[in-house]
Amino acid sequence: MSDIAIRAQNISKKYHIGMLHSHNDTLRDVIVSAFDREEHKRKALQAQIWAIKDLSFEVRQGEVLGVIGRNGAGKSTLLKILSRVTEPTKGVVDIYGRVGSLLEVGTGFHPELTGRENIYLNGAILGMKRREIASKYNDIVEFSEVGQFIDTPVKRYSSGMYLRLAFAVAAHLEPEILVVDEVLAVGDAEFQHKCLGKMSDVAQQGRTVLFVSHNMSAILRLTQETIVLDKGSMLMRGPSTRAVDFYLSSGFSQLGERTWVSEEIPADADPFVPIALRVKNAQGKVSDSLRSTEPITIEVEYSLNKSITGLRVGIYLLSTRGELVFTSFDTDDSVLFEKHATRAVGHYLSQCKIAADLLNEGRFIVGMNASSFRVKRYFQDEQALTFTVDAAGAPGMQWPEPRLGPLRPRLLWQIEHIKQ
Amino acid sequence: MPDLQITHIRPTQGWAALNLKDLWLYRELVYFLTWRDIKVRYKQAILGIAWAILQPLLTMIVFSIIFGGLAKLPSDGIPYPLFSYAAVLPWQLFSSALHRSSVSLVGNANLLTKIYFPRLIIPFSAVMASLVDFGIAFLVMIGLMLYYQVWPTLLILWIIPLTLLALLTALAVSLWLSALNVLYRDVQHMIPFLTQFWMYASPVAYSADLIPTGIWRIIYGLNPMAGVIQGFRWALLGTRPPDIMMGISIAIVLILLVTGLFYFRRMEKTFADRV
Repeated sequence: MSDIAIRAQNISKKYHIGMLHSHNDTLRDVIVSAFDREEHKRKALQAQIWAIKDLSFEVRQGEVLGVIGRNGAGKSTLLKILSRVTEPTKGVVDIYGRVGSLLEVGTGFHPELTGRENIYLNGAILGMKRREIASKYNDIVEFSEVGQFIDTPVKRYSSGMYLRLAFAVAAHLEPEILVVDEVLAVGDAEFQHKCLGKMSDVAQQGRTVLFVSHNMSAILRLTQETIVLDKGSMLMRGPSTRAVDFYLSSGFSQLGERTWVSEEIPADADPFVPIALRVKNAQGKVSDSLRSTEPITIEVEYSLNKSITGLRVGIYLLSTRGELVFTSFDTDDSVLFEKHATRAVGHYLSQCKIAADLLNEGRFIVGMNASSFRVKRYFQDEQALTFTVDAAGAPGMQWPEPRLGPLRPRLLWQIEHIKQ
Repeated sequence: MPDLQITHIRPTQGWAALNLKDLWLYRELVYFLTWRDIKVRYKQAILGIAWAILQPLLTMIVFSIIFGGLAKLPSDGIPYPLFSYAAVLPWQLFSSALHRSSVSLVGNANLLTKIYFPRLIIPFSAVMASLVDFGIAFLVMIGLMLYYQVWPTLLILWIIPLTLLALLTALAVSLWLSALNVLYRDVQHMIPFLTQFWMYASPVAYSADLIPTGIWRIIYGLNPMAGVIQGFRWALLGTRPPDIMMGISIAIVLILLVTGLFYFRRMEKTFADRV
C-alpha cells in the first residue's frame, strides 16, 4: 500500500470564456448563431482559458498541504476537480480515501428549515450517513453555540450564528482527505480563531488536508508544505515558510501598481470595475520601495457601471507574517460618508495617505475591497500588491537591532528629571 | 491501514456509463433532498397541506361544470366528478413531478457547483417529492368513491404499478428537460405550455373511448400518460381495461427513460460549469 493520498498527473482544465458566465445562454442565442455565420465564427474563436494547465503533484497521507496564488491562479478550479464537482479536460487524478470538501460553508442550508433540520440535511449533502450525523449531533450543536435556537428556522439567525452552525456541521465531517477553501475568510475574529483551532485538530489527527487560503498566517500555522499556483501552473512547491516568502516577494512583478484585466474580475463584481491599485511615495511617483519617514499614498482607481448606494472602498495592510496592520475605508470620515452616500456611474479615484513615521521596516501587503455594508461585497483582492519600507532615519536607528512589530511610530516622548 | 475508497478522476469521453450503483450509495441523500422539498413546500404555504387537496378538487369541479355539465361529454356511465377526478389524480402527480424535476438542476445550482454527488439524485428526488401530494389527493378519491357509493375491487392494487409508470414517465421526460434547462433557460418557460398541451392530449377531461380504434389508438398510445390514465379509471372505477395503448405507453416510457439517462450522464460533467 502506498502512502499517497492524492496523485494528480498532468491535469488541465479548459474553460470557454463565455461558458464561465453563461446565465444568458438561451435558445435564442443558439438559433441566432446557427443562422448567423459571422456570429458563429466569432463564438468559435472566442478565447479559451486554461484555468489549470498541465499540473502534476502528489500529496502524502497525513500531509497538510497549502495552496496559494492570486485570484484566477486556478486554486478554486483545482479544488473543484479534486472534489469531483467538475471534470478535468485532460489528465488523471487518483485519490485514496473519502474526500470531504468545505468549498463553502453552509452549502445546501435552507433558510426555512430549523437548525436541527439543516444539520441533518447539510450533513447528508456533505456525504455523512444519517447514523453518523445522529451520533455527532450533540457535538455539532455544542460547537456551534446556537443550542437554544436549534428549533428556529435559520432564516432568523444572525449571520454569525448561521456561519457557526454551518462550520460546525462541516467540521465534524470525518473524511480521510479534507479539501478546504477560504472558510476562514468569513466570520468574526473569535470565530476564525475557533475554526483555525478545529483545522489544526484535524491536521493533528493524521488526516490529509488540502488548504487553500489567502491568509498567510493561517497557511504558515497549519501547513508544512505549500504549492504556489500562477495562471494554472505550479510555480513552486516547498516548505511553507519558503513558499509564502516566494509568493509574497517574487509573485508581484508590477512595481507598486496592481492593475486588473477583465478576466480577473469575477462576474459578480458588477457594477464595480476595479482598475488599479497604486502605492506612491512622497514625490507622487509610483514605487514599491518607500521610506518610513515620508508619507505614503495608496490609491484605488475604479469605475462604476451603475450607481451604488453605500459603497465603501477600502484597503487593508498586512505584514508578511500575516498580521493585519489596519483596515481603512474611504468613507470612514463622516463628512465623506454623507457626501458620497450614493456614487453615480463614472470613473473614480479613492486616495489615502499613511502618515510618515508610522510603519516599521519590512514588506507589507496591500489588499483592497469594495462593498456595501451588510449588502454585498463587490470585489476583493486580499493581496493586490506589496511594497517595502526602508527605515532609514526612523526613530531608534541608533541601535542596530531589528524592531519587532509592524509599526515603528514616532511617539512624543518626554523625559522629566523629577528628583535629584 | 483501513480500506480506503479509491477514486480515479479521468475526463470522460462521449457517452459515459450509467453508474447506477453510485445512486444506491447515495440513497440517503435522495431521502434527505426529498424530505427537504416536502418540508419546505408545506412550511412556506399558509394553507399548507390543504393545497394538495384543493388543487385536484378544484380542477375536478371546473371540469365537471364545463365538460360534464355544459359540454355533456360521455363519462363511461360513471358520475362525471368521479370520472374526472380519477384522471386528475395521476395527471397532477405527473405534471407536478415533471415540473419540479425539470427545473430541479437549476434550482439546486448552489449544490451542483460546490459538492459532488451523482447528479441524477436531484431530478430523482424532485419526482419523489410529488408522491406526498398524490397520497393526500388519493384519500379524497376514496372519499368521493364512498360518496358516490362506488366500491373498489381488488383491481385497485393496480394503482401501484400505474403510479410507478406515471413517475417513470415524469422522470424520463425530465431527465431530458432538466439537462436541457441547464443549457437553455427557455425550457423552464416552455414547461407550463408543454403540460397544458399534454393534458389535452391525455384522456383527463374526456374518455379514451372517444378515440377511434385502429391506427389512431396506436398513435394516441404514444402518449404514455394516456395508458396511465386509462389504467387508473379501470383500476378504481372498473371502466374498460387498458388495451394495446398500454403496451405502447410502456415501450415509449422505457425508450425515453434509457435515452434520457444516457443523455443526462453525457451532459452531467458540464453542469457545474454551465449552471
